[in-house]
Amino acid sequence: MSTTEKALEGTGRFLDDRLHGASGLNRFLRKIFPDHWSFLLGEIALYTFIILLLTGTFLTLFFQPSMTEVTYHGVYTPLDGVRMSEAYSSTLNISFDVRGGLLMRQIHHWAALLFIGAIMVHMLRVFFTGAYRKPREFNWLIGIIIFSIAIFEGLFGYSLPDDLLSGTGLKITQGVLESFPIVGTYLSFFLFGGQFPGHDIIPRLYVIHVLIIPAVLLALIAAHVFLTFHLKHTQFPGKGRTNANVVGAPMYPYFMAKTGAFFFFIFAVLALLSTFAQINPIWLFGPYNPSAITAGSQPDFYMGALEGALRMMPNWVWNVAGHTFAFNEFIPALLPLGIIFGGGAMWPFIEQWVTGDRGEHHILDRPRNAPTRTGIGVAAVVFYGVIWLEGANDVIANHLDISLFLTTWIARITVIVGPIIAYWVTKRVCLGLQRKDAHLLEHGIETGIIRQLPNGAYVEATRPVSENDEAVLISRTGLPPLPAPAADEEVPAKSMRGGMGRMRLALNRVVTEGIAAPTGNGHGEEHANGHGEPAAISGQGDQGRDGQDSGSSS
Amino acid sequence: MRPITSLRRHRVAGYAVVLLGLVGAGAAYTAVAGQPGTAAADASPVSRQQIAEGQALFARTCASCHGMHAQGISGVGPSLIGVGAAAVDFQVSTGRMPGKVTGAEMPPRPVVFSQTQIHALAAYVASLGGGPAIPSGDQVSPAGANLALGQQLFITNCAQCHNFSGAGGALTSGKFAPPLNHATPTQIYEAMQTGPEAMPVFSDTTITPAQKRDVIAYVTKVRGQPDPGGFSLGRVGPVTEGLVAFLGGIAVLIFAAMWITMKRRES
Amino acid sequence: MSDMTEGPRDLPQGSDGEQDEGSRAPHRVIGTPPPAEARTLLASEQEPPQRPRIIVPTGPAAKRGERLVATFFLLSGLASIGFVASYVTLRPGSLVDTLRSNLTLGIAMSVAFGAIAIGAVLWLHLLMPKVEIPEDRHSIASSPAERAEFADTFAEGAERSGFVKRPLVRRSLLGASVLLGVAPLVVLRDLGPLPETKLRHTAWARGRRLLVLGPNTPIRPADFSSPGQMITVAPEGFEDNQDAMAKAATIIIKFRPGQLKPPTVMNWAVDNIVAYSKICTHVGCPVALYEQTTHRILCPCHQSTFDAARGAKVVFGPAPRALPQLPLGVDSEGFLISTNDYHVPVGPSFWELGGSGFSGGNEQS
Repeated sequence: MSTTEKALEGTGRFLDDRLHGASGLNRFLRKIFPDHWSFLLGEIALYTFIILLLTGTFLTLFFQPSMTEVTYHGVYTPLDGVRMSEAYSSTLNISFDVRGGLLMRQIHHWAALLFIGAIMVHMLRVFFTGAYRKPREFNWLIGIIIFSIAIFEGLFGYSLPDDLLSGTGLKITQGVLESFPIVGTYLSFFLFGGQFPGHDIIPRLYVIHVLIIPAVLLALIAAHVFLTFHLKHTQFPGKGRTNANVVGAPMYPYFMAKTGAFFFFIFAVLALLSTFAQINPIWLFGPYNPSAITAGSQPDFYMGALEGALRMMPNWVWNVAGHTFAFNEFIPALLPLGIIFGGGAMWPFIEQWVTGDRGEHHILDRPRNAPTRTGIGVAAVVFYGVIWLEGANDVIANHLDISLFLTTWIARITVIVGPIIAYWVTKRVCLGLQRKDAHLLEHGIETGIIRQLPNGAYVEATRPVSENDEAVLISRTGLPPLPAPAADEEVPAKSMRGGMGRMRLALNRVVTEGIAAPTGNGHGEEHANGHGEPAAISGQGDQGRDGQDSGSSS
Repeated sequence: MRPITSLRRHRVAGYAVVLLGLVGAGAAYTAVAGQPGTAAADASPVSRQQIAEGQALFARTCASCHGMHAQGISGVGPSLIGVGAAAVDFQVSTGRMPGKVTGAEMPPRPVVFSQTQIHALAAYVASLGGGPAIPSGDQVSPAGANLALGQQLFITNCAQCHNFSGAGGALTSGKFAPPLNHATPTQIYEAMQTGPEAMPVFSDTTITPAQKRDVIAYVTKVRGQPDPGGFSLGRVGPVTEGLVAFLGGIAVLIFAAMWITMKRRES
Repeated sequence: MSDMTEGPRDLPQGSDGEQDEGSRAPHRVIGTPPPAEARTLLASEQEPPQRPRIIVPTGPAAKRGERLVATFFLLSGLASIGFVASYVTLRPGSLVDTLRSNLTLGIAMSVAFGAIAIGAVLWLHLLMPKVEIPEDRHSIASSPAERAEFADTFAEGAERSGFVKRPLVRRSLLGASVLLGVAPLVVLRDLGPLPETKLRHTAWARGRRLLVLGPNTPIRPADFSSPGQMITVAPEGFEDNQDAMAKAATIIIKFRPGQLKPPTVMNWAVDNIVAYSKICTHVGCPVALYEQTTHRILCPCHQSTFDAARGAKVVFGPAPRALPQLPLGVDSEGFLISTNDYHVPVGPSFWELGGSGFSGGNEQS
């Protein structure tokens, strides 16, 4: 005891005299974090970003962002005497001359893939559990911005070594940019400093990649983490967990140990991948040459959806008055990701409008308990997934021995039909699971023990679910009703009038579709309401309603 | 509870099974994607007896599609007059011929003839008139070749179909460009010279024999070299990398997160 | 950690639920943090909170756990030393050397990080007592009084500054700000030249020889005489100019007599040799997957497919127009030359392309 105390006394007093940190820090150290593996997904993104900054800084010490042509005479003999840009030759030198350079390059690239992959998985978790709901809409929006910027950061970094694949990626980027109506040609000439490829693009992308976007990402990530702290973490339903508390272990030492261990795990996994799995072997691709191309010209996975959209799109163009609308290029470039990002950004607000639920939510939804949201989410995943797979259709066709054109036709049809089927099936599955939950609550768990009743009939004995499971099962609370006409009037409430009102009502019927909320445990009513959370379909104590909310804020 | 059952019901058993599965799949994939060695075939001088042997062989195994005198049968097999020894050697030594079913793309199958028999067949077809001969060992030897020019020629003329490292790729309507991992230098030379199936012809007047040697030197050098960064992941570009990022990266980290947040069993 | 133990009990493993009776109060955290800190630093501000009882696992199991954790930390230390050893002794260079260097550095690094990670998790699970504590949430929204106070402050400031009452000041400032924000944008103008008609021309021109790309040798029709031949060519003098080649890359293909059909422009072909732009009309990848059996040219990027025997018209995929055809001729020495530039722009669509760019090879000059 006393050693810890003494150690703290001297430095602690010195610092606190100058910084007044004790009370704030104390709250920080005692902050409670709920425990669930899925709450660590965002940390993969956070820590891979830190690793990206570390390894990226190392790479900048050796990389030459220059398109000046040199003739290579380095240690990689198959390219001896080949003309290439300084960017490419310095990347070869990082790989073969700098000790640990190849490892750093590979960690940097794997970390980039994991960064964006983790963002995707994290966002799916947040969406399907409804963690984006009030008061966390801003953090959801920040997350979407981080995601979209991260994709550009990845694309620009991928383009820097000036190898055959990255140059092909840049050519595609330039071709798409050029197709934008009115401004496209100018944008392309300004970005590339003239005609493709020119001599400016790599130095320009370099400064964007190592300075501008990382700075923006750092600021956004800081805001994202701060808001997560400030609003306190959401939690899954369970015994003793309510919308007004957060149950878990304190920051110090528990969360620190967990998150610290996880950081080391992430670094270890990246080091392992970079030791045993070769990534982006630019020496095999060769330097960029505008008249050369390789089979299997693919981008990194996060650009796969854009690539797939370009492959899938029919060749529609429209020529009007001497000008060309290249729908075959800018539609696939903008529409699919526009739907995903734009739809994602608007969803929390659309959901609030449709359900009329303006309350704060700190308890996460089980996906089955929000069947419409889960259905839409799965539909979006299928939509994105089909486009993404189409981005690798040549590799798929080659390995599965099916026709290349057939894969494109399958993708064109599935991208429309797939999400509809996915929505319908998911929603049915969710409702089925709700029914199972209700059954469990009412009748308990089947034990497999068959008893004979005095009258000769056989019944299977059941035992009630555990208290914690019960708390989880009754967490489905239903939604508050939309504003109803006041008792003495026939006219609908103001927000329910007109075409928008009718649409809102129709959508509300879809969203609230569900089986009757379970009301209690089979083994006794006193437990069901033990936490002050009546589980009826009508309104909740802590969920504000449209009428009340607008009344109080105006 | 029996020990095995209790093991199976242990809370980490599920993770362990998935992990084992992933490792197994990875190991199997690496085994399949291995790199084979190379072998060079030498042409020997043609004798009258060889031609006669080849003719007999042709009548037995090839004539049903290509006709008794290699004149071709309309709709079944093309005429082989003038295709040359190189084309025969390529088709038969890679196992594409004799084919089982007719079609634009003859998949490679196990080679059915010995090298002597193949050379006899080639000699017979060559005796019908013209066509490129089987290259000699010196013609395909990578010794002293210009790798830089080979790289440039490969990347502008070959990589578009066969991929940057010769791993192959898809063509239209179910056709594909085969991987070059198993092709011998002789076969690569013959393929360039004769343009088998969908492949265009790169005759000696556009890509000279010396330049062909450069291409072969580059292909064989690169395919035989080690991958300094670890397993090659098939050398097919970013698609497998994305797969590994999710299966070997995100999935492993999710297991780690589950372990970190694991609740101890209530005793 | 063991010196933090208070009231040691024979509890090999901390167990859930038994230590948190009465811990609903938000700041009564059981099991952590070292209470010493709270006492020392908060002494001047408030009474120290009653120190909770910390039950730290002890006994042989905990002792084993302690040794296990320390073993992992030591292992990490050894791996770090191994990392430095590998760095000093192994140099990259040849592929095998680089492989060795990457392998040893990587394994050492993985162990150095991984062992700390595993050690920390074991520490957490074996040596720290389990706790589950509820903390109250506070309302996110400020109280009505706070909101009112803020509104007052804001209104007061606005009144003092006269921002509302003096429209002249306000509007002139807003106007100046807008101009100030927009004016610096002009410096971006010099990022690049204007497009003008640059996208309409390539390096091909009357009398320019076709060089086989790579060896950069001119070519005669007689050198290109086997049907099914295909090769990439560059305009003489531009074979090493990347900017020029990005538009001028061209493929020539040899056909059998009678195979070429309209809309191929027959008098732009020499001896059944026809030249098409190698730049895809979709987004501009080099298209070069030529199948001599079907005469199809496939783009490996997005799989636009063109029929080379019929003026390279589109047969599948997202490309909207045929690959432009280059008019060919033969010079006095018998080498293949271009007799003109492409008649339509090559490469992807752009805003100024217009319908005339779609007439392809049919347009005669």
